[in-house]
Amino acid sequence: MVNIEAHAYDVVVIGAGGAGLRAAIEARLAGKKVAIISKSLFGKAHTVMAEGGAAAAMGNVNSNDNWQVHFRDTMRGGKFLNNYRMAELHAKEAPDRIWELETYGALFDRTKDGKISQRNFGGHEYPRLAHVGDRTGLELIRTLQQKIVSLQQEDKAKFGDYQARIRVFAECTITELLLEGTGAKKRIAGAFGYYRESGEFVVFEAPAVVLATGGVGRSYKVTSNSWEYTGDGHALALRAGAKLINMEFLQFHPTGMVWPPSVRGILVTESVRGDGGILKNSEGKRFMFDYVPDVFRKQYAETPEEGDRWYTDPDNNRRPPELLPRDEVARAINSEVKAGRGTKAGGVYLDIASRRPAAEILKRLPSMYHQFKELADVDITAQPMEVGPTCHYVMGGVEVDPDTASAGVPGLYAAGEVSGGMHGSNRLGGNSLSDLLVFGKRAGEYAASYTDELAARPKIDDTQVAAAVEAALSPLTREGGENPYTLQSDLQDVMGTLVGIIRRKGELEDSLRQLAELRERIQKVGATGGRRYNPGWHLALDLRNMLVVSECTAKAALEREESRGGHTREDFPKMSATWRKVNLICSLSTEGGVDLAHQPIPTMTPELLGLFEQSELAKYMTEEELS
Amino acid sequence: MTVRQFKVWRGDESGGQLNDYQVEVNEGEVVLDIIHRLQATQEPDLACRWNCKAGKCGSCSMEINGMPRLGCMTRMSTFEEDETITVTPLRTFPVIRDLVTDVSFNYQKALEMPAFAPPKDVEPGEYRMQQVDVERSQEFRKCIECFLCQNTCHVVRDHEENKLAFSGPRLFIRAAELDMHPLDARGDRKEIAQQQQGLGYCNITKCCTEVCPEHIKITDNAIIPMKERVVDRRYDPLVVFGRKILRRDQLTSTAVAEPAVHSGPVTVAEGAAPVNFSRPLSGPPGPEVNAAGHVNLNEMLSDRAAAASPFGDDITFPVDPKTLNYYHPGGADH
Amino acid sequence: MTTTATRPIGARPRAAIEAKTLRTDRWWLAPLLTVIGLTAWVAYATFRVFMQADYWVGAYHYLTPFYSPCVSLGCVPEAAEFGRFLPDSPLIPYAALSLPFLLLFRLTCYYYRKAYYRSFWMSPPACAVPDGHGKYTGETRFPLIFQNAHRYAFYAAALISVINTWDAVLAMQSPSGFGFGLGNVILWINVIMLWAYTASCHSCRHIIGGRLKHFSKHPVRYKLWGFVSKLNTRHMGLAWTTLATLAITDFYIMAVSAGWINDLRFIG
Repeated sequence: MVNIEAHAYDVVVIGAGGAGLRAAIEARLAGKKVAIISKSLFGKAHTVMAEGGAAAAMGNVNSNDNWQVHFRDTMRGGKFLNNYRMAELHAKEAPDRIWELETYGALFDRTKDGKISQRNFGGHEYPRLAHVGDRTGLELIRTLQQKIVSLQQEDKAKFGDYQARIRVFAECTITELLLEGTGAKKRIAGAFGYYRESGEFVVFEAPAVVLATGGVGRSYKVTSNSWEYTGDGHALALRAGAKLINMEFLQFHPTGMVWPPSVRGILVTESVRGDGGILKNSEGKRFMFDYVPDVFRKQYAETPEEGDRWYTDPDNNRRPPELLPRDEVARAINSEVKAGRGTKAGGVYLDIASRRPAAEILKRLPSMYHQFKELADVDITAQPMEVGPTCHYVMGGVEVDPDTASAGVPGLYAAGEVSGGMHGSNRLGGNSLSDLLVFGKRAGEYAASYTDELAARPKIDDTQVAAAVEAALSPLTREGGENPYTLQSDLQDVMGTLVGIIRRKGELEDSLRQLAELRERIQKVGATGGRRYNPGWHLALDLRNMLVVSECTAKAALEREESRGGHTREDFPKMSATWRKVNLICSLSTEGGVDLAHQPIPTMTPELLGLFEQSELAKYMTEEELS
Repeated sequence: MTVRQFKVWRGDESGGQLNDYQVEVNEGEVVLDIIHRLQATQEPDLACRWNCKAGKCGSCSMEINGMPRLGCMTRMSTFEEDETITVTPLRTFPVIRDLVTDVSFNYQKALEMPAFAPPKDVEPGEYRMQQVDVERSQEFRKCIECFLCQNTCHVVRDHEENKLAFSGPRLFIRAAELDMHPLDARGDRKEIAQQQQGLGYCNITKCCTEVCPEHIKITDNAIIPMKERVVDRRYDPLVVFGRKILRRDQLTSTAVAEPAVHSGPVTVAEGAAPVNFSRPLSGPPGPEVNAAGHVNLNEMLSDRAAAASPFGDDITFPVDPKTLNYYHPGGADH
Repeated sequence: MTTTATRPIGARPRAAIEAKTLRTDRWWLAPLLTVIGLTAWVAYATFRVFMQADYWVGAYHYLTPFYSPCVSLGCVPEAAEFGRFLPDSPLIPYAALSLPFLLLFRLTCYYYRKAYYRSFWMSPPACAVPDGHGKYTGETRFPLIFQNAHRYAFYAAALISVINTWDAVLAMQSPSGFGFGLGNVILWINVIMLWAYTASCHSCRHIIGGRLKHFSKHPVRYKLWGFVSKLNTRHMGLAWTTLATLAITDFYIMAVSAGWINDLRFIG
């Protein structure tokens, strides 16, 4: 009989990144007993990688900014596929969430009059990103982490125990959600997982679970994401009966490092471009002027001269095309490389060295400079960087109710990157940090109030626990199972080459065939060694999550016959107004396969529609929607 | 591509050894790449922490050729081709397995350090701070919590017993950060640093600064300024004299490690107890014995009416719980 | 509800690595050089301080910093700018008023502390090399708690730097009035370096502005703090440079005073 540690909490938050911590804080402030489950150590979450900033229409730098403008930018960036209500809530609440951080001790960069400074970023009409040098994500996670500590200190003073109401379970992975009941009466009863450190199992009895597990980028070979990004939350939600939305939309950051190889995938923040960096091909040509799409023609400069003037005089000039939304830049780089004008390593040059004095680069992009110098011995003040598209963010995710962040299954909530809908088909830079604050808070708040309304706490079904134990132990007991690292690498190859940034029908069909083969192989994965901190075993358990999420992405990508935001079909290069009306929804079939369904997207309210000019809407919407 | 010699420590708390490996090394790789290749090709269960592989999360702390470093920030090109590279876990913390250590010491110390105290009558959104005022604290907030400074600091690295009284460089920069925060409402950060964090243990030998991957000037910009601030308060004879006379010496006591008495179900989480359970205790002194080694049973010879206590007569009850390796656990909110 | 196991701090063993240190570089070089450098300097300075001769060049009014201010009854009267009141004894240095404070200033200096803790004390000799002591309490108790007196030593040292400056000013003379020679150049370099070292002191940095919570309310002190901070990054370099300039200045004046060499004169 295996030994299983048991805990009871009101709210279990899976994931200790920005969204998870914000949700935990909110649930604790509502008086709930909260567990935070982190796959890594506390405070190491992938949020630290966000460099640019957190978008919030505070209007500190340009007083013309307000939530309507932010909402408009977000919808434009997402190509109108966003869940409008989420975009609206996000734009309205982001400033409050940022200001709140200051009361937790965050120290953002300041304007002259002492307010939070805001910087320009791709797709944002006004300077909008609250930032701290180029380590905003770190500031955010540290601030939330320290707020949790301060709440624990309050609990210590009140109850004599730091962990009376919030406990962080570091290096702990959840493999299954436990449910009570079936069909319509199904609800969350808890979660099952293991301590990475000891390999011991742990069961959480909890009526509410908040998923905040981040994204799926580890399914790709060139990715900026850490090992944790194996789509756990996506897969847990699917298996619990929730649905995934928009899974075909993956954001490829246009500028990840492609050389040297050891740092491949590491991002070069957009602020390098916001602060004057330009993209050049191997012939030395500043090529972005050739790639401004018609919808953006009005907002972007047509000559390098105008673009250069914009940095100092943004009111009278249009911005340079290097600041186009990410997908446009990624696509442009991809086209240049495909046309044979890329570098040897398959990227293009990002040059700030020849455009700004070294001292200014050092001041504005200190950690960027530091990172390149230390990791690759490249001096960005002296030489251009070699960059190319890198898998960065998944727009799709668990389908949630915009106001409550509820994932459809009673007691299940999702926030942050793991949730879908908010960003539509493409996310604007800086919107992710504010997204996870806004919806992290909402998820925590509504998870807490859900537990208030419960008549009785759900009971854990022991057969589910036994099944979870068996599934978790199976790779260890399997003789001669396949090496998990090989399987992961094969999966990454399939996704990278066949479901990458530019997609074709034939390749996608091929990918589904190969994924089906991988499914067979992954069922036979094996791990050597024992249960104590065994990364091979951990990877073996993560593989099935990566696989099911990859299947969703491939299926949805094959289905959507248009190009929009983070989904580019070579055989359907145009955006289609009819496809805009459709969300693709993935769910798990009874046999464990992925079912795909069409679902109409919610109709925007007339007030919100009124924020746009009719001519702009015409670029996205069908005739009948406009009338 | 070359094949190079590596020695990697493998083992757990029951012991371990340095194993020899030959691993491929490609141009532009870092030590963490090699560890990953080792996992993928030779040792799938080799335990190693890592996350971002970009020097931003501070997970892959290890000791490379004896120096505390981040695996992802140590380029292979910094070594000679024929050099054997030795990779070991952090020495200061208990080992879990292979390169993974239990760094909960640092989280425990962070828990005991009073958090940012927001100013009372400033609403969210009304915070006004000048850039020059936040810059000093911002330097310390660059910290990625890799705990290399904590690991290299000889105060705890070479003297396990100091772990109770000494918080370490990571927490000193936190103390400095908060003391220099333009809006922090607490005035007793210096005293906390001195009395509760063990700032005095630091003898400024600067190893924390030497190993910091974020190049935070831990000693020059945080520890020494904090020491000087303590001097302002505690060692300036004029100030001390004035305090004694004006009786302004009383500190507001802060929430530290005082066990509270309460009822309810018992849950003590890992590292939550404020007692160092491993500290050696002298057991109960035992009863007084006569020359033959026996307890005096003759009442005539005894100085009291009843038998001697088997635990010795010098103990007064109730026993001060602080002298015991016992902590009455908390967790009232069940 | 089960109870979680309690795992207190430090209860579990560390990795059992046999080698005391696995460092492969020459970590012992820096402490070794420090020992050699400091020992040599201290030996020279002690010898000179108790020599009680060859400290004064009357013709050009050169006084070596090791004898300034010269306040012993044994002093040459012209050299005693601040009076003579200490008893003349071979055990009492002529500059017994200033030398203890200068010694204290350097002993408690944050850089020298690092240097001698690492080299003489081996606590620790280098990073990730075990220190040579069974027990360690750092600067928490007597006598090392007095390291915190650096502040007062700094005030004294600043005062003594003023005296040294005055010496340098007075030294610009010759029997015929104003004069300037190689000795003056050396004296001035020494004084400037001493000022730089004194001003770059961590205590100075704190007093000038480091102690402020709001730089924005004290723009002048912020500027000064910025300047001192820049100097402060060179504190170690200045600490060694001033040891060198002090020894050179003293040796030069000794050499001229003893008549081994003649001062190279530019004016007068």
